[in-house]
Amino acid sequence: MSDYPHKLNEILADFDFVTTRTERAELLIDIASRFEPVPERLATPPYAAEHRVPSCESEAYVWSEPQPDGTLKFYFAVENPQGLSAQAMAVILDEALSGAPLDQVTAVTPDIVLKIFGNEISMGKGQGLMEMVRAVQQHAKRA
Amino acid sequence: MSEFASRGYEQPDVLVSTQWVEDHLNDPNVRIIESNEDTLLYTSGHIPGAVEIDWTQDLNNPLRRDYLDQREFEQLMSRIGATPQTTLVFYGDKNNWWATYAFWVFQLFGHENARVMDGGRVKWQAEGRPMTREVPQYEPTDYKALPRDDRHIRAFRDQVYQHVQASLPLVDVRSPEEYRGERLHMPDYPNEGALRGGHIPGAVNVPWSKAVNPDGTFKSAEELRSIYEEEQGLKPDEEIITYCRIGERSSHTWFVLKYLLGYGRVRNYDGSWTEWGNLVNVPIER
Repeated sequence: MSDYPHKLNEILADFDFVTTRTERAELLIDIASRFEPVPERLATPPYAAEHRVPSCESEAYVWSEPQPDGTLKFYFAVENPQGLSAQAMAVILDEALSGAPLDQVTAVTPDIVLKIFGNEISMGKGQGLMEMVRAVQQHAKRA
Repeated sequence: MSEFASRGYEQPDVLVSTQWVEDHLNDPNVRIIESNEDTLLYTSGHIPGAVEIDWTQDLNNPLRRDYLDQREFEQLMSRIGATPQTTLVFYGDKNNWWATYAFWVFQLFGHENARVMDGGRVKWQAEGRPMTREVPQYEPTDYKALPRDDRHIRAFRDQVYQHVQASLPLVDVRSPEEYRGERLHMPDYPNEGALRGGHIPGAVNVPWSKAVNPDGTFKSAEELRSIYEEEQGLKPDEEIITYCRIGERSSHTWFVLKYLLGYGRVRNYDGSWTEWGNLVNVPIER
């Protein structure tokens, strides 16, 4: 994790202090409350399938926008209004990886999902959230 | 005639409306239970007074692939302040998919005074009904449960094998792609570890969500009979087994067949495709 973007390490460290399921849920809900969908200047519904995250039950979509310093700014949409977990993951990925060196973005391992959501997450949900990480990394690899 | 009786259900009292629930928020004889697929939802807000039942933490044995036992069920019921006379009302996300799963597990212990809130969480929220983040605390009860009885509503793999050999009907409630063996998991969900794709021989395919309207409510009995009987040829007096991937989606169809259409002999195979698709040398169709 030492090679992870600094902001990601900071966010992951917040979860070190989580001791109960309720604490984790409250922290993730607080994070999800900061979710803002992709701006209309980039995309409007119905979103193009090429931006859809595969295997994400909450119908998450990812976009990226090149920045002057060569990094990417990531944007997300989550079409399931009850997809709180996907919204929280989108906020974390944006806050942690937007503006980070692209080689650091591609080095992030998808198992950060387990650190964030806990090992008790269902296999289906965990894999879907990991696909959000992989989708962001695909954008970084193509940039 | 009640809203649900007018829909022609065999057991209309198994459903309650969102209005009924709002009218009984302070009824000490009613315990409202939320059970979700997204574990953040309850904490983010729920029906006032509702308790949460989490399928992994509360219903599953953490070591064996099995459900809680009699003593653990008694502890669970004590924790939520329920007595054998308490009316339990289940609701949740995903068109009550997880609510009916919890309902099914509770029926293994014979708590028959149980209902499902038609339309689930999405309907309650769409109607602008009250939500709270306050987690209620109830006085523990001394609940005495019946021993868990798996015989009537739960099917195990050997029983499923005998069922297949006898050419009895099964309902595969997964997606058509899973049923045909083109994928090993439902659309938008990842692979959950089955080595073979396909379906149990003789199973018809009726995706579970066909039983639900766009607003999350159950379809009328006439519409349901059209789906299960006219299209698939099922008969109410037949012995039927439902299955999916791990038995959660199929508990929804089990609920529909048993309570809304009055099928007397329906069992849910919770081993489902994650067991059958990994078993050595069992028959599979594609």
